[in-house]
Amino acid sequence: MNQSALPDLSPVLPEMFVAVAAMGLLMIGVFRGDRATRLIAWLAVVVLAVAAVLVMIGPQDTRVTLAAMFIADPFATFMKSLVMLGSGLAILMSLGYIRREAMERFEYPILILLATLGMMMMVSANDFIALYVGIELQSLALYVVAAFKRDSLRSTEAGLKYFVLGALSSGLLLYGCSLIYGFTGSTNFDALASLFGVDQPPVSIGLVIGLVFLIAGLAFKVSAVPFHMWTPDVYEGAPTPVTAFFAVAPKIAAMALFLRAIVGPFLELIGEWQQIIIFISIASMLLGAFAAIWQSNIKRLMAYSSIGHMGYALIGLAAGTAEGFRGVLIYMAIYLAMNVGAFACILCMRHKEGMVEGVEDLAGLSRTNPAMALAMGIFMFSLAGIPPLAGFFGKFYVFFAAINAELYTLAVIGVLASVVGAFYYLRIVKIMYFDAPAESFERPIGGVMTLVLGATGIFTLFFFLYPAPLVATAQAAAEALLR
Amino acid sequence: MSEWPLLSLVIFLPLVGAAFVFVIRGEQHIVDRNARNVALWTTLTTFALSLLLWTGFDTSTHEFQFVERAPWIAEGITYHLGVDGISMLFIILTTFLVPLCILASWEAIQYRVKEYMIAFLVMETMMVGVFSALDFVLFYLFFEGGLIPMFLIIGVWGGERRIYSTFKFILYTLLGSVLLLLALIYMFFEAGTTDIPILMVHGFDPAVQRWLWLAFLASFAVKAPMWPVHTWLPDAHVEAPTAGSVILAGVLLKIGAYGFIRLSIPMLPDATVFFTPLIFTLSVVAIIYASLVALMQDDMKKLVAYSSVAHMGFVTIGLFTFNLQGIEGGLVQMLSHGLVSAALFLCVGIAYDRLHSRAIVDFGGLVHRMPIYAFTFMVFALANVGLPGTSGFVGEILVLVGVFQVNTWVALLATTGIILGAAYTLWLYRRVIYGELVKARLKSILDMNRREILVMAPLVLAVLFFGIYPQPWLDVMQASVSNLVEQHQLALGGGATELAGR
Repeated sequence: MNQSALPDLSPVLPEMFVAVAAMGLLMIGVFRGDRATRLIAWLAVVVLAVAAVLVMIGPQDTRVTLAAMFIADPFATFMKSLVMLGSGLAILMSLGYIRREAMERFEYPILILLATLGMMMMVSANDFIALYVGIELQSLALYVVAAFKRDSLRSTEAGLKYFVLGALSSGLLLYGCSLIYGFTGSTNFDALASLFGVDQPPVSIGLVIGLVFLIAGLAFKVSAVPFHMWTPDVYEGAPTPVTAFFAVAPKIAAMALFLRAIVGPFLELIGEWQQIIIFISIASMLLGAFAAIWQSNIKRLMAYSSIGHMGYALIGLAAGTAEGFRGVLIYMAIYLAMNVGAFACILCMRHKEGMVEGVEDLAGLSRTNPAMALAMGIFMFSLAGIPPLAGFFGKFYVFFAAINAELYTLAVIGVLASVVGAFYYLRIVKIMYFDAPAESFERPIGGVMTLVLGATGIFTLFFFLYPAPLVATAQAAAEALLR
Repeated sequence: MSEWPLLSLVIFLPLVGAAFVFVIRGEQHIVDRNARNVALWTTLTTFALSLLLWTGFDTSTHEFQFVERAPWIAEGITYHLGVDGISMLFIILTTFLVPLCILASWEAIQYRVKEYMIAFLVMETMMVGVFSALDFVLFYLFFEGGLIPMFLIIGVWGGERRIYSTFKFILYTLLGSVLLLLALIYMFFEAGTTDIPILMVHGFDPAVQRWLWLAFLASFAVKAPMWPVHTWLPDAHVEAPTAGSVILAGVLLKIGAYGFIRLSIPMLPDATVFFTPLIFTLSVVAIIYASLVALMQDDMKKLVAYSSVAHMGFVTIGLFTFNLQGIEGGLVQMLSHGLVSAALFLCVGIAYDRLHSRAIVDFGGLVHRMPIYAFTFMVFALANVGLPGTSGFVGEILVLVGVFQVNTWVALLATTGIILGAAYTLWLYRRVIYGELVKARLKSILDMNRREILVMAPLVLAVLFFGIYPQPWLDVMQASVSNLVEQHQLALGGGATELAGR
């Protein structure tokens, strides 16, 4: 490594760009006030797009910089691209909503931008300190966004709940990190990896406890059982576009962090953490499948659905192989498309009097708005994992890894849970297609929504034709993670 | 071999038709009319194309024909299509039945015609795809993908309890097939590919075979359906619209049995032999139990549905005899039952369209007002009984000849099923068609119209033709089935010497 006074900044370029741009947008907001919200929102999307390009054209090999705290590799490129895509779409989808619901304040897109910056730091963390800084930057922005509808009791309650429980989980995480540091003497992932890799010292009980705390904190961030309790309440209480944002980008970033923090330093200790992950995975899949059956609020239902999906994604981590990590990456990419699409539909559930959130409000949608019903139907069949839709391939690749890692019980429980889960997704299809029409939603849904629905729908429907590019990219990313 | 990717054309032409139907816009009645016409002509063209498969088919070889291969998901998981003597006829059966279904729904379906036609066309793609797939993942995709249109067909256009039935149908089937998915992934890691021809000769470890075989069974037994996982079938049949029942009975049930013959038997020979007594037991129970239940039905559709369960019992017995007659008998029975049960559901549908009732007690003496209908119904009732001269006879006699060489008790018990079959079918016929025409609602009932005759005539001709002269069917099967039997004995022989060597 070259020994100049400045560290190599080229890998950090996208993050620096987003940070500076967010400050710039903040200045515009401060001077022009809430009138500029729409402009700032579009500029934020542009910033994310430019950052995504910077990430993609940046160095494609693995580079460590900033005193080995920051890592840029194909894995980071993959996950950051997903995160920025998710955030950008979330901003776009919220444009109409924030105008109608009198939420049009310029801080909103900037907060999402800052949260995204935090997520990018999380994805690229190579040290527990960097990891924690990234998480906190993300979380602080998210707490505010959750409570952004200040006059709404539900929204503020959601924000507060999220904050209290989020702070608790950060505490757990930090406690875990400090235990790990105390028993190993390092917070750097590379140093830890070489420590466990070379001479394989006997694993002290303190380290294992630290690891458990770490996993608990991370499980909270991805909302895996048994640290999932906040999810339904926050999803239901937060303004819908915020829920759409929560369901996608932070989940992807947290899952990336999960992989980073477990695989990077502790791959050699798979015996210590594998059974914890297996338990979390099974519990999430089962809870996600069973608890969603009785939900009548679509946002709550999607919350349980996301808990279940995190369970499936964690199967790939439990496998502990490059194939498994590849499975997680593919799963998260497909999850992004399905969830953005489904939430775009939910954001269109609007009568004259305002937004509605009841599952029953979708009744007869296939007759009042066939195109939207078709799109929602595609997403539901896909979330249920029925081939040939994209959701099936997400599951296929994680089960693929699980079978190869001989985790047969996990795989069998997983597929059985997916059948239970299919029930409630199909229930939505049933309500849309079989039931008598309810009051129809307001139309038109707007150009942006049409575009988002169309793009995600086509991706979900036709993914099976040519899955190779995504799989190959995910493969390269997963291998980079293992190094 | 032709230059054209004929199989792909047959598979995806209906999908193109569906796309056309999808973009139809305009006045409601014009949309409906155009949707019907596009669907009919698409399916007829598909049928004509699929006949090229038969005329171009080389009966002298057991090799796969019309093979297509293209890279797809990964190394070892390719887009691989092909047909042999076992699968080719089922493609024809599918493409033959679907236009009839469209025609049968011409007037019966009056709302959301466009969506209905799209669902049927997508369904056809999935079904033909299952029979032509030579890659396990591709097979699974088509196998499962068919659930989506069927779920909608039953759920949207079905009867009163349609929602319960369609959920039962999809969840049962899904539960079975997810285990198949795990089995196929396991096989990929064992063999390094999901190519079906390669997996057939791979030779899996006998201990593992049993687990894989059970996973296969979970999937195919639900689909076939075998006793005791058949309970979704009567519900689905009763609630489905007529054409939905036709497709369910005519093709979807065959997919389960096709799975056994294409996948279970050749890939897992040791486990197949190990579990054959189980299959025989379940099949015999299915034949006798379902026949007895059929006797007691007062709903015509339910009766035909239970009769399907019984007939599929014959099929599974035949397939697991591992001799030429038995397997050919099973296949012929599948084809014949595909025609006969489809036709019986159409017969019930014709009566239902007129009276909006399926209860047997609501009918009686129809022969006085509906002679053509009475004749048609009689042909298929007799075919269902297995009377010589109908295609039903050929299948049943071959199965019995085959199984008699293997296990006389099974043959004996299966034969009682034929007697019971005669009992419930003829009793049904007697109660519906014969007797005095006393019920007021039946006094003005009309005989079959031209469209209905057009639907039933091809079926009557096919059932009689292949009953009298089944040779075209048997010729196609011959090479593939004898190769299957040889391979099976070879695989077992290898296993036996290995055991002896220890």
